[in-house]
Amino acid sequence: MSPLAQLLEAALFANGMPVPLDDLAALDPHASRADVSSALAELADHYAHDGHGVELIEAGGGWQILTRPEFTAAIERVQLATRPHRLSAAALETLALVAYRQPVGRAEIEEIRGVSVGSLLKTLLERGLIDVVGRSEGLGRPLLYGTTAAFLEQFSLRHLGELPRADELDVALRHLGDLPAGTAP
Amino acid sequence: MDTVRPVVGPPAAFVVELDRFNGPLDLLLTLIRDEQLDIRDIPIARVAEQFVARIHALGLDAAADYLDMAARLLRIKAQLLLPQREGEERWEDPRAELVRRLLEYQQIREVVDILERLGEQRRARFARTVPPPVMTGDEAARALPPAPVVAAMGELLAAVDRVLRQVRRPTVHSVVPRALDVEGALRTVRALLAERARAHWRDVVGVAAQPWQVLSVLLALLELARLGECALRQTDPFADVEIAREPAGAAA
Repeated sequence: MSPLAQLLEAALFANGMPVPLDDLAALDPHASRADVSSALAELADHYAHDGHGVELIEAGGGWQILTRPEFTAAIERVQLATRPHRLSAAALETLALVAYRQPVGRAEIEEIRGVSVGSLLKTLLERGLIDVVGRSEGLGRPLLYGTTAAFLEQFSLRHLGELPRADELDVALRHLGDLPAGTAP
Repeated sequence: MDTVRPVVGPPAAFVVELDRFNGPLDLLLTLIRDEQLDIRDIPIARVAEQFVARIHALGLDAAADYLDMAARLLRIKAQLLLPQREGEERWEDPRAELVRRLLEYQQIREVVDILERLGEQRRARFARTVPPPVMTGDEAARALPPAPVVAAMGELLAAVDRVLRQVRRPTVHSVVPRALDVEGALRTVRALLAERARAHWRDVVGVAAQPWQVLSVLLALLELARLGECALRQTDPFADVEIAREPAGAAA
């Protein structure tokens, strides 16, 4: 591996969170973003083909070293690491609505889901998947929610544009607008 | 937390929402799928009837959200029964709003399937759990799950053994019932009062008196006072008790 790829490996090992390309590029003042991108490709290729227990993943606006799924069961069995709890279907519905409608208020979500979502929003906030992104101009200036980088990371999305567009889903629906633009890194 | 929602009102104090149904729209959509109905041309009368039957069977008929939907369905059914007025420009199907919501909801269900699949893929991979440096100690501690305790059965038993050894041997008291000697104390006090008109508690009860002796004297004194043979006086709390011979006692 090239020295730059080794440097990137060390940096990604040191920080478990997805590291944005800009931060990686700052590691070596002589390396251009193109150099870093090709070094990342080299590292990913190295993990993929030279027999490794980890792989390089791009998600949540950055790069991250993750263990390979075939070892998850063994790691969990001896409790070296535990998977986060799965979200309930109700929580996922709420999350999906926030992802597609953001910035969106509680009333609009409840209107679509047909049930109250107060506790679900709280759960999603606590897990860092959504955040308050503003206030509506409407009556009472209700809070508006949007998804976070942690949401992208936990659903292996590089950016929101990777979610299927509303018109790509099986059920065509004019009321669900396109995804908000400008969220790609 | 998300699936159990308390609902006020007898007889069911709690309504447990099963994971199968995430609300009235979900139930309605399931119903329409089960019956293989066209979502854009719902036979409202039939669906309304089945919806009410289902929420009753599931014990959900006390849940406001489901009741609201049931009422909505029945209202649409009633609207459909009304004759269309002649010459009306454009007749809007009363089902339109419901169809829109159902389609919208169906789309959300599709996104949920996608998110579920993506989430599973990510959950099957571990990242290194290093708290970011910006976090302070408390935040970092909260961000990381507590380390799981790993112990073999042998270690566990050894630990239990160690703890049990450290526990002090319990002190065992054997309690021997001892009768009070009120009669003897009575004799002692009477003898003393025969000699002196006044005496004190300390004259009767020695310094090293056993509790049974103290109690015997106390009961004897109270008995004598009751019989009128002596008067008891204590000037202050905890002061020495004065025992004075009473004339009646002298007479006896």
